[in-house]
Amino acid sequence: MAADFNWAVGGEAGDGIDSTGKIFAQALSRSGRHVFTSKDFASRIRGGYTAYKVRTSVDKVQSVVDRLDVLIALTPRTIEENLEELHEGSVIIYDGERTTMQNVEIPEGMVGIDVPLKRLAEEAGGAIMRNVVALGAACEVAEFPIENLDSALEKRFGDKGQKLVDNNKEAARAGQSYVAEEYDADFEYDLETTDEDYVLLNGDEAIGMGAIAAGCRFYSGYPITPATDVMTYLTGRLERYGGHVVQAEDELSAINMALGAARGGARAMTATSGPGIDLMTETFGLVATSETPLVICNVMRSGPSTGMPTKQEQGDLNHMLYGGHGEVPRFVLAPTTVAECFWKTVEAFNLAEKYQLPVYLTADLSMAVTEQTFTPDTFDMDEVEVDRGFVVDDASVEEHLSESGGFKPHELTDDGVSPRAFPGTVDGAHMSTGLEHDEQGRRTEDTEMRVEQVDKRNRKVETAREREDWSPREFGDADAENLVITWGSNEGALAEALDLLEAEDVDIRVLSVPYVFPRPDLSEAVDAAETVIVVECNETGQFANLVEHDVLERVDRINKYDGVRFKADELAREIGETLETGTEATQ
Amino acid sequence: MSSDVRFTDFKSDKQPTWCPGCGDFGTMNGMMKALAETGNDPDNTFVVAGIGCSGKIGTYMHSYALHGVHGRALPVGTGVKMARPDIEVMVAGGDGDGYSIGAGHFVHAVRRNVDMTYVVMDNRIYGLTKGQASPTSREDFETSTTPEGPKQPPVNPHALALASGATFIAQSFSSDALRHQEIIQEAVEHDGFGFVNVYSPCVTFNDVDTYDYFRDSLVDLAEADHDPTDYDAAKDVILDSDKEYQGVIYQNEESVPYHEQHGVDEDMSDIPDGAPENATDLVREFY
Repeated sequence: MAADFNWAVGGEAGDGIDSTGKIFAQALSRSGRHVFTSKDFASRIRGGYTAYKVRTSVDKVQSVVDRLDVLIALTPRTIEENLEELHEGSVIIYDGERTTMQNVEIPEGMVGIDVPLKRLAEEAGGAIMRNVVALGAACEVAEFPIENLDSALEKRFGDKGQKLVDNNKEAARAGQSYVAEEYDADFEYDLETTDEDYVLLNGDEAIGMGAIAAGCRFYSGYPITPATDVMTYLTGRLERYGGHVVQAEDELSAINMALGAARGGARAMTATSGPGIDLMTETFGLVATSETPLVICNVMRSGPSTGMPTKQEQGDLNHMLYGGHGEVPRFVLAPTTVAECFWKTVEAFNLAEKYQLPVYLTADLSMAVTEQTFTPDTFDMDEVEVDRGFVVDDASVEEHLSESGGFKPHELTDDGVSPRAFPGTVDGAHMSTGLEHDEQGRRTEDTEMRVEQVDKRNRKVETAREREDWSPREFGDADAENLVITWGSNEGALAEALDLLEAEDVDIRVLSVPYVFPRPDLSEAVDAAETVIVVECNETGQFANLVEHDVLERVDRINKYDGVRFKADELAREIGETLETGTEATQ
Repeated sequence: MSSDVRFTDFKSDKQPTWCPGCGDFGTMNGMMKALAETGNDPDNTFVVAGIGCSGKIGTYMHSYALHGVHGRALPVGTGVKMARPDIEVMVAGGDGDGYSIGAGHFVHAVRRNVDMTYVVMDNRIYGLTKGQASPTSREDFETSTTPEGPKQPPVNPHALALASGATFIAQSFSSDALRHQEIIQEAVEHDGFGFVNVYSPCVTFNDVDTYDYFRDSLVDLAEADHDPTDYDAAKDVILDSDKEYQGVIYQNEESVPYHEQHGVDEDMSDIPDGAPENATDLVREFY
């Protein structure tokens, strides 16, 4: 693999760190280099340390690393926060004329490049461009042709007029020539460019684009870090494709609006993070039991409660699998890369409609805010397929009417999937409810119908298990005796860790699982391995628990769910029968 | 849509389990008649119901319907109408559903001015849970959970609506069948969010706000020289706590419904079987 280069700009929130970093990332991407970005940020608008980091190489980059080669430090704290990542020879670009930076000490062995960022920016047309001066300085240090910065500046400022673009280009060149003149040194970096075409996007944007591609027309949400970018991406864009984005008054409303749109026949989605998922759980059971197709995107952050809103965690797995009172089937999809965020979103909509249930599409903060480069054909729109499942029209509706003429939205079928009639379908009028219901959606407490409807809903899961492909992604050494399993966004870091371990002669087989429920049967792989490690960003090992659960068979079960309690004689009979036929406890 | 739709076409084959004499019978009849009179039929109508005695209405009416979770009927109706501007949407719930657990949604639904009808069956009591104070119960109304009365003023839903920028505010009485139907009909025909609070007496748990009480005290605005387009006159009626009124209290004739304001006029259920045309433009934006 070609050498990678690690760069960052850091300062206080409000210093324009994000847009500065984005311009540099864009310039690299447009010059045919791969890019992987990350952010250190706090949950506030102004003040507090924040940084935008870029890792780049001509080869694919899939992770962050603990190394920083060039740092633009707008505050002393930016240096302190990154001491561990800085190394001998790292370059720190700063403005020694800035009051707070006057007495800054450059750690031993590192190279301080003192550039009067503000003064040069003012000469080029305004102090506001000081970060662009710093970008120009960074280009000189990294031997990155400054023309590549131009196209990123045009993209960023183009709609504000050519004058502004020109000023910024001039500011960048001022920074570049200042370093060239004042520091006559070779920094040993050489960011070569290639002819490759890349697009640069983050996980939230990939989810939003996937939703539009899949025919989603309705989005309702309530702003929350780190899911807000899904909503801001869709706002305006969804409208261009005949849809609409609504900012609801809270997450309770957001999921109910989406539910309403879905009952109207639209492909609908909402996105939120942990605290919002808690609120949406109120309506989750209704979505599932009314058999409404809905995509609920959960961009996880650190919990519990308000937790650490701008930090990474994969802690909501149990909630998504089990959250809500009562028992209802739901699917849980966890894309493993930024590109997969797009494709899994498309898949989530198809699964939701084919099996008429809520689908959790879960990303996490790291993936949501990470910008990564891909070739444009990664998102080949011709490959997108839309499968709306079992929908009746005016002609076919009559095959699904009761004897008294009522439509049967919960018809008992072999595969558990019932017909759907959108409003406006003649003779399709029907009721949907959170109450237990009969085939026509009418309330019932009949013990037999209750059991039949529960079984029917669960049968959809069995059908999906058989019909769909739930395979994990596999890489590494297929014959290795060490097995590492992961889910969600850890795949990139794991893939690169594999290369590092290989250099130390450690062979590993990796299974990266994008499907949490239904999920692939990993028991064979687990049995075949000597050592099994599950990698995930949480404390209790929520996915590890599932793996352990799946490979053990410990108990027989007696279940009752017709709404009537256990009776003594009945229980004695059932236990007796089970003892005769039951499996032997294995462990 | 056929012209020979009768209001009984909106009746389901389920018999209501409301107590005999419950105001909700009359409320529902008026809704069904208003829907039929305004040219709707069950296949182009979507009824959203909340939870409580009133919430059962979705079961007793025949149309496309969703019986949702407590207090969230308005957001559901909002979603249906935005996705399907071609469908007539009517949301129904009780005073607990709308002004207690769902009060937040009420304010915002009013502000959005989505073109749908909201019928609140207000009996000033929680009936299904057997008689506790509701947000519209009187200050001294004694119940099992408020033995000395709630000791707090009742919610004034009309004032809440007016303060939130409502474009249509009305009050009806379930027992005055003709007027009730007329008022609901005006709400359906209103270009925007048509809000009707309906006095719908609970004969089992409320011995104060009875049929007799409303019959004796109601002033019909249609006979009282009231101009519903006059905002200040509406405000006076709404803030008058000495009298009970029925009729259209306020109507903004300049009302611009949500779909016009935001250009949401497509049937969103109709989508292609692949990515939409020009979807590749989205990828190009990321260069």
